Amino acid sequence: MTLIGLPPYTSGMDGLSIFIGGRAGDGIDQAGILIAKLLNQLGFRLYVYRDYPSLIRGGHTFSIIRGAKEKIGTHRQTVDILLALNQDCIDKHKEKRHSRTVVVYDSDVVKTDGLGLPLTSMVKTAGAPAIVRNTALLGALAKVLGLTWEKLEIVLRANLKKEVEVNLTLARQGYDAATVNLKIDQQNAALLPFVTGNEALSLGLLAAGLDAYVAYPMTPSSTILHFLAQQAEEFNLQVVHPESEIAVIMMALGFAYAGKKAAVGTSGGGFCLMTEGLSFAGMAELPVVVVLGQRPGPSTGLPTYSCQTELNFALSAGQGEFTRLIVAPGDAEEAYYWSGVALRLAWQFQLPAIILTDKNLAEGAYSFDLSAIKPLPEEKTLLWDGQGDYRRYEKMESGVSPLAFPGRAGAVVKINSYEHEEDGTTTEEAATTKTMQDKRLRKELALLQEIETLEAVKVYGKKKAKTAIVCWGSNKYLCLEATEKFEVRIVQPLVLAPLPLTQLRLALSGVEEIVVVEDNATGQLAQLLKGAGYKIDALVTNYDGRPLTVELLEERLARTIK
Amino acid sequence: MNYLTNSPNYWCPGCGNFAILNVMKMILDELKADGVPLETIVIAAGIGQHAKLADYLNVNSFYALHGRAVAGAEGIKLANPKLKVIVFVGDGDSYGEGLEHLLFAAKRNIDLTVVVHDNRVYALTTGQYTPTSPYGFKGRSTPGGTHEHPLNPLELLLAAGATYLARGYSAKVDQLKALIKEAILHPGFALIDVLQICVTFFNQYDNYNQRIYELVGHNHANFDEACRKIREWNYDDEAKIALGKLYQVTRPTFEIPVKGGDDNRAEMVKTLLKGMV
Repeated sequence: MTLIGLPPYTSGMDGLSIFIGGRAGDGIDQAGILIAKLLNQLGFRLYVYRDYPSLIRGGHTFSIIRGAKEKIGTHRQTVDILLALNQDCIDKHKEKRHSRTVVVYDSDVVKTDGLGLPLTSMVKTAGAPAIVRNTALLGALAKVLGLTWEKLEIVLRANLKKEVEVNLTLARQGYDAATVNLKIDQQNAALLPFVTGNEALSLGLLAAGLDAYVAYPMTPSSTILHFLAQQAEEFNLQVVHPESEIAVIMMALGFAYAGKKAAVGTSGGGFCLMTEGLSFAGMAELPVVVVLGQRPGPSTGLPTYSCQTELNFALSAGQGEFTRLIVAPGDAEEAYYWSGVALRLAWQFQLPAIILTDKNLAEGAYSFDLSAIKPLPEEKTLLWDGQGDYRRYEKMESGVSPLAFPGRAGAVVKINSYEHEEDGTTTEEAATTKTMQDKRLRKELALLQEIETLEAVKVYGKKKAKTAIVCWGSNKYLCLEATEKFEVRIVQPLVLAPLPLTQLRLALSGVEEIVVVEDNATGQLAQLLKGAGYKIDALVTNYDGRPLTVELLEERLARTIK
Repeated sequence: MNYLTNSPNYWCPGCGNFAILNVMKMILDELKADGVPLETIVIAAGIGQHAKLADYLNVNSFYALHGRAVAGAEGIKLANPKLKVIVFVGDGDSYGEGLEHLLFAAKRNIDLTVVVHDNRVYALTTGQYTPTSPYGFKGRSTPGGTHEHPLNPLELLLAAGATYLARGYSAKVDQLKALIKEAILHPGFALIDVLQICVTFFNQYDNYNQRIYELVGHNHANFDEACRKIREWNYDDEAKIALGKLYQVTRPTFEIPVKGGDDNRAEMVKTLLKGMV
C-alpha cells in the first residue's frame, strides 16, 4: 500500500479539509461528526458541511469536515483527504481533488488509486454490521493524520452509543492497516464546543427563557425539534409535535396567551400553513418566534439543500399590515444571540419574530465560542400593574399595552382576531379601527429604536474600502474568506425587518459600489436595499441548492467588481 | 351576576345561540358557587355567528380563527393546566375547516370542553351548506341542492378517542345546561353537539321537535352501545334523534408536566455546552 502524496497542509485559514462519502445509510453523517470531534481534540476550529439527498437508503451522501487554526464557517473547493465508501466519491467529486489529495477507500467496492483497504471484507470477517465500515475508515484516517491510537479511542468511546467494542476492533484494524502520512500539531490550547446552527439557535432560545417549542417535522428545522425534545426534561421545557403547522402556530399562540414563551420551527412549505396564524399574532398582539429554515422551492423543491429565497415571503407573509421582526444570523454564535434577541423582543413588543436560517447554517456545524457572545438584552416584558380595570389593548404612547394572563384575579383577558376595542371586544367602528391600527404600528418605531442599540449591521474586511459586498445569513464566512484578496468591505445586516437604516447608512458610508451576494435567483436582499434607496451595482446569485465555495465566489467577484 | 360585556348583541331574534349564552351564564354562577375562581375560566371561539359569544361573555377569551379555536385552546391548556378551557365552535368552523384539530384533540384526550353550535348551515356568510347539512340542501353555493351526504360528527369523534360525547338542543335549556356543566367537569376531551336553531337560514325547529327524545337507560360507558346509539340518526334521514349523554369513559389525559421553579438558564446552557466538545 502506498500513498499518492502528502497534502499541502498548512496552518491558518486554509486548514485541513477531509471529505467522507458513501451511500445514504452508510453512516456518513455520524462518521463526519466523529472526524470533527477528533479534529476538535487537536484544537482545530471547525466547519462541517453536510450534503445528503432526501432519501433514507441509497443515493449519494457526503460530509466535508474542515479544520483551521482560526474560526471558519465555509468550505473550500478542494479537500486534502478523501475517504470513499462508494464509487460516487471518486466519480462525482473529481473537482474536489488537488494534485496531492490523499484518497483512502474501501478497495472491495471502489476502484481508484490511493490507500485501498478491504473494509467490506474486514467487517464481514469480524461478523460486524456493514455500517461499521465507516469506523474502520476512521481508524485509517487517524493513522494517516499521524495521531496516536489512544486519541481516536477516547473520541470513539465518548461518542459511540452502541456496539462500542466491535467498532473499536474495526477501528483498530483500519488504524493498523494504514500508514502515517502527516504530522499535525495542536492548533489551539483551548477546545471549543462544536454545535450545529440549529443547536446554537436552540441554546439561544433556552437561554432567553423559552417555555415551549412546538413544531411539525420539516427539513432543515427538524433537528431543533429533536434537540429540544432531548433537553426538555432538564430545562423544564414543553415540546409538542402536533398534527400540522396550522396547529403548531395556533398552539404556540395559545401558550403566549397563557403567558408562556413559545417558539415554532419550520421551512417554507410549513410557513405557508402558518401565515394565517402569523397574521393573527399581528392582530391579537401575541408574541411568537418562528424559525424559518430556508430550502429551495418553489413547492417541495430540494428538501435537503439550501437557499435564501424566503426573505420576501417572510417580509410580507400574512394578510393585513402588521409589524414583525426578522433576524438573519450568519453563524453559530449569531444564531445563539439573535434567537435570544428575537424571543426577548417578541415579548417586549408583543409581535411575531422570524429567525431566517438556511440549510447551510441550520445543519452546518461550527466551533462555538460562548464567551465571544454579547449578553442578551434584558427582558423588558411590560406587565399589568393591577390598577383599575384591565384592558388588554390599552392605548399606550409606545403602542405596547401591559400584559396580564388568564388566571390573574381582577383581570379579564380578552384577545381577538377581529379589530377590537381596548378591552378586546370586537368593533367595526371607523375611528377605533384607525386608532388601533396606529397603536399597533407605533410598536415598529419603538422596536426599531431598540434594534438600533444592538449591533444589527456588521462590517468586516477593509472597512474604508469603496466597494461593499453585502451578504446575509450563512454566506457571511464565505464572503469573508473569498474577499481576502480584494479591496472591499463586507456588510452583513442581521436584522432585515424593521431595517436598521441608521446602522446601514453608517456601514455603507463612503461606498461607491455595492455588490450583493445571495443564494437566490432574483436578489431579494438587493430589492430590499433598493427599496431603502440604495443603488445596487451588481448581484452575485447562487441557486443550485449548494453553497458556493471560497474559490468559486472569488472567481465570480473578480469578474464582477469594477 | 349577568356576566355580560358592553358589546351590543347582533344575533337574530329567536336564534338558538341565546340559549347557549344563557346556559353559560347560569353555569358560571354555579361554578362560582362551587368555589371555582372565574378568572380560571377561558373561553375560546372560532369565527362564525357562534363566536360572538366571546364578545358577549365577560370572561377571559381567545377569539381565534375559523376552524382553529381548538388548536389554540390546546396550547392554553398545556401552558396552564389549572385553567378550565371551554371552546365554542360552529359546525362549518370545526367539522369543516378545523376538523383535523378536533379529531387530534379527541385522539389526545386533552382536557377541553367543546360546544358545537351545530345549526347545520353557514349563517355568518349567509346560508351555504356545512358538513352536517342534509343531502339535497339548497344553499347559496348549491342552488340545485347538494350531492353529498353529511358527516356524523359524533361517530367520527367516538372513533377518534373522545371520552365524553353528548347531543343537546337549544330548545331544551335545562338538559343543555346539565350536559355542558357535566362536560366541563369531565376530565378529558368532551364534546357536545348542540342542535342549534338558525331561524334565518335553516329553521329546523318543527322538524326537531317531532323527532327528538331524551336518552333513558342508555349504557354510556359501553363503546358499542354508544356507537349504535350515535348511528341511530345520520344527520340525513328521518330517524329519531337522541338527546343526552351518549358516551363517557375516563382515560389518561394529554399533559406535558414540567417542574416549576426558577432555573438559571444561562448556567444550564453553559453546562450543556461543556458536554458538546
